[in-house]
Amino acid sequence: MSERIDKIVEQVGGVILGKELQIRLALACLLARGHLLIEDIPGVGKTTLAHALATSLGLSFQRIQFTSDLLPADILGVSIYNRDNGTFQFHPGPIFTQVVLADEVNRATPKAQSALLEAMEEHQVTIDGETRRLPAPFFVIATQNPSYQVGTFPLPESQLDRFLMRIQLGYPNVEAERELLKGEDRRDLLEQLGACLRGEDLAELQQEAQQVHVAPALLDYVQAVVNHTRASTEYANGLSPRAALALLHAARAWALMEKRRHVVPEDVQAVLPGVVGHRLMSTVEGRRVNGFDAAEQLMKQVPIP
Amino acid sequence: MRERLELRDTVWLTVSLALVAAPHAERLATWVSLLAALLITWRLYLARTRRELPHRALLIVIVAAASAGVYLQYATLFGRDAGVALLVVMLTLKLLEMRTVRDAMLLIFLAYFLVITNFLYSQTIPTALYMLACVWFITAGMIGIHYSRAPRSVGPQLRTSAVLLVQATPLMLVLFVLFPRVQGPLWGMPTDSQRASSGLSDTMAPGSVSQLTLSDAVAFRVVFKGRVPELNRLYWRGPVLWDYDGRTWRAPRTRYARPSYNTEFYPVDYTVTVEPHGKMWLFALDLPGRLPPRALATSDFQLLSPEPVTARVRYDMTSFLDYSYGLDESDQVLKRNLALPAGYKPRTLELAQRLRRQHGTDEAVMQAAFAMFRSEGFSYTLAPPRLGDNSVDDFLFNTRSGFCEHYSSAFVVLMRAAGIPARVVTGYLGGETNPIGDYVIVRQADAHAWGEVWLRGRGWVRVDPTAAVSPARVEQGIGATAAASALPLFMHDNLVLRRMRLTWDSMANSWNQWVLGYTPERQRALLSRAGLEDATWRTLAGLLLATTGLIVLVLAFVTLRRLRVRVHDPVSRAYAAFCAKLARRGLARDPAEGPLAYALRIARVRPDLEAAVREFVALYVALRYGDASGENVGRLKKLAREFEA
Repeated sequence: MSERIDKIVEQVGGVILGKELQIRLALACLLARGHLLIEDIPGVGKTTLAHALATSLGLSFQRIQFTSDLLPADILGVSIYNRDNGTFQFHPGPIFTQVVLADEVNRATPKAQSALLEAMEEHQVTIDGETRRLPAPFFVIATQNPSYQVGTFPLPESQLDRFLMRIQLGYPNVEAERELLKGEDRRDLLEQLGACLRGEDLAELQQEAQQVHVAPALLDYVQAVVNHTRASTEYANGLSPRAALALLHAARAWALMEKRRHVVPEDVQAVLPGVVGHRLMSTVEGRRVNGFDAAEQLMKQVPIP
Repeated sequence: MRERLELRDTVWLTVSLALVAAPHAERLATWVSLLAALLITWRLYLARTRRELPHRALLIVIVAAASAGVYLQYATLFGRDAGVALLVVMLTLKLLEMRTVRDAMLLIFLAYFLVITNFLYSQTIPTALYMLACVWFITAGMIGIHYSRAPRSVGPQLRTSAVLLVQATPLMLVLFVLFPRVQGPLWGMPTDSQRASSGLSDTMAPGSVSQLTLSDAVAFRVVFKGRVPELNRLYWRGPVLWDYDGRTWRAPRTRYARPSYNTEFYPVDYTVTVEPHGKMWLFALDLPGRLPPRALATSDFQLLSPEPVTARVRYDMTSFLDYSYGLDESDQVLKRNLALPAGYKPRTLELAQRLRRQHGTDEAVMQAAFAMFRSEGFSYTLAPPRLGDNSVDDFLFNTRSGFCEHYSSAFVVLMRAAGIPARVVTGYLGGETNPIGDYVIVRQADAHAWGEVWLRGRGWVRVDPTAAVSPARVEQGIGATAAASALPLFMHDNLVLRRMRLTWDSMANSWNQWVLGYTPERQRALLSRAGLEDATWRTLAGLLLATTGLIVLVLAFVTLRRLRVRVHDPVSRAYAAFCAKLARRGLARDPAEGPLAYALRIARVRPDLEAAVREFVALYVALRYGDASGENVGRLKKLAREFEA
């Protein structure tokens, strides 16, 4: 089964060049049943990554471009009166799909954002008093521009917390960029992609990820990390229990991708920047925190018990 | 350090400062205490309502005004009283600009300093205990500030503070015992000599001694070497009063002379510790056989300290309870001890002349006077009626009830009128034996007055007319007298109370002897008992450094041991041994480096070790992080043992 994971990584890596680590993290996030936030400037391949992932996993895919005039109904769907039979008929919105790409999620108003985020949390939406389940599996891959850019509504901490991981893509290195410039159009490549997984495979992999063994010694480490953020004066808030759970889930998925039956501290360290980066805030006012730096530092500071 | 202070820390600090400053309240000028209280209340109000602190300009105005006020009040800004007043005002003002953690730390250290200033006024056990509590409280506040972000409650904070204080105790003891002492009291500050202290004075008028009996203040404590003499022989000699003006007795201007004895029996050795009373007298049993160091004696056996007793004085003493002295007293002295005020013609004179006519010898006249006191309805009371202008007449013929000063005064006047040289001796009679600690407490309440008459061939003889009226006063002490109901509560014989009081006094005595009275001599004695004869300050300093260093080392060792992660798990132990071996080769594991990453790094640096490291780490990871069963632990241990870096 895990060979298939490698195959996915390889296939997506053929589209997004030189970003293997990010692809693996994104995949680990999905295997841990978490939603993914990709934060970077426009044009580094956020959308392409999301699209390639969805296709390779064999999941249905919809894209919602978030704009400042986006309304919740544009995401969830709307009931329209049908004159033929005299009833209201529900027209499902783009959210009724397995992978939603919420593009530039911080360009929309908080109202529209919260419609999406509710769906993320509940895996269901309620429209006109009727609750409708979303398809399973259900992933949101949201992209956002760095919040210092013009015309953005930064996501509040409570909503950032709903994303299991936040990753950054960054510029490709010289060789990868040269390949990109020489190669085919990405859109064409995407269309050529085939699914690497069949029907129940993803669910099976997720199940497997949950069963990766976690020893008490590893729990010690996770707790040490969390307690360090709580006791240190460098962070405005310590990590929540939910963050600790997220760390553990992501580490399990990572261990599975590393073809291990148990989690080792390295797995925790591998997912740590992605999982805690958007959950940590520096206490020093007036200094923008780069969550990734904070996480790197945290990793160096906490000894492995 | 730029961090802002949290509300609870602010309140804690303000309250602890108020606690430390509280004992000063009654010593400072009223306006200073009120200002401090006002500023503290203001600060608490601002903290509670989360308002802005006052503007700096306003604070500067208050500082200037308060400093000027202190200067006007005390006429100086230096010295104990003015200094403390200034410190209290400035500290409370500093509270009003306490915003950040840095300000709080400054205040904490000043609060510790304020703790010390309290000892400039009082060094009793209650003060020490209270200040200990204050230090505990302040330290807890400091701990709170440093853990401002951790969720906390008061309990752990106070517990940590207590642990810190307990850890500091051995250091404190070593510093106390070994630190080179300076001569003088522990808190040698010039105290105001006119400070009111109760005690005997060099005059005696009706009512002056009975005033003292209401005070349970300790006059002095005595440790006897050997058996304690009977209570009725414990006449502690104080001022001797010669001159009488019809109402008040006065001591003569001091005549220094080495008094001489004729016979000396029944020597008693003891050590006296006199509480400060602001006068010159030192006390000893009738009659003192030697002089305390640097002290002087007058011809009538008063012991005088070279300066007023403003600090506790301790001296060894020998007295002779059977004695005779003054056989060859000069005519001048005898004449003076017969003098009565000029133009003094009370009825007492007639009485004396009648006694003289009826009974020939001096002894017989004395006996007759005694008989009169015994049989003619005289009574002993602590609350005597007021006497008119001619107090002796009034007492002898009208009221006939009085206290020891009435009896001694009347008796001496009577004797003088009958032509027998006589004088009044004041001092203390008896005392309370404290079985806990085995010493005698003499209180102001034991103050007494008696007489001395000069008989040809016998010299000065002690006569105590009070004994004729109320033998119980002499035999059993002041608490046993008939008029006990008039006595303050502490004299009643309540067993529990009495025992508590005695225990407390015993503790206070030990405190005085060993803590406050720990002089260079005591230190030397203690050290020489420990085998360090004639320790110079160099030896002391060396010893001090060595001992404190040792204590700090022990504490550090204990603390670090507790901090060290105790590795019980054999797997972890094997891994630690493995890492230690590599560390010796300069390949130490970073504390945050996982086993697999470590193995990779080593494989890169030392390809020769790759196979061994891989094998070990794989097994270790499987055992520690995997769900492998423990049967391979033995193999892991073996690998760790055999691993050679």
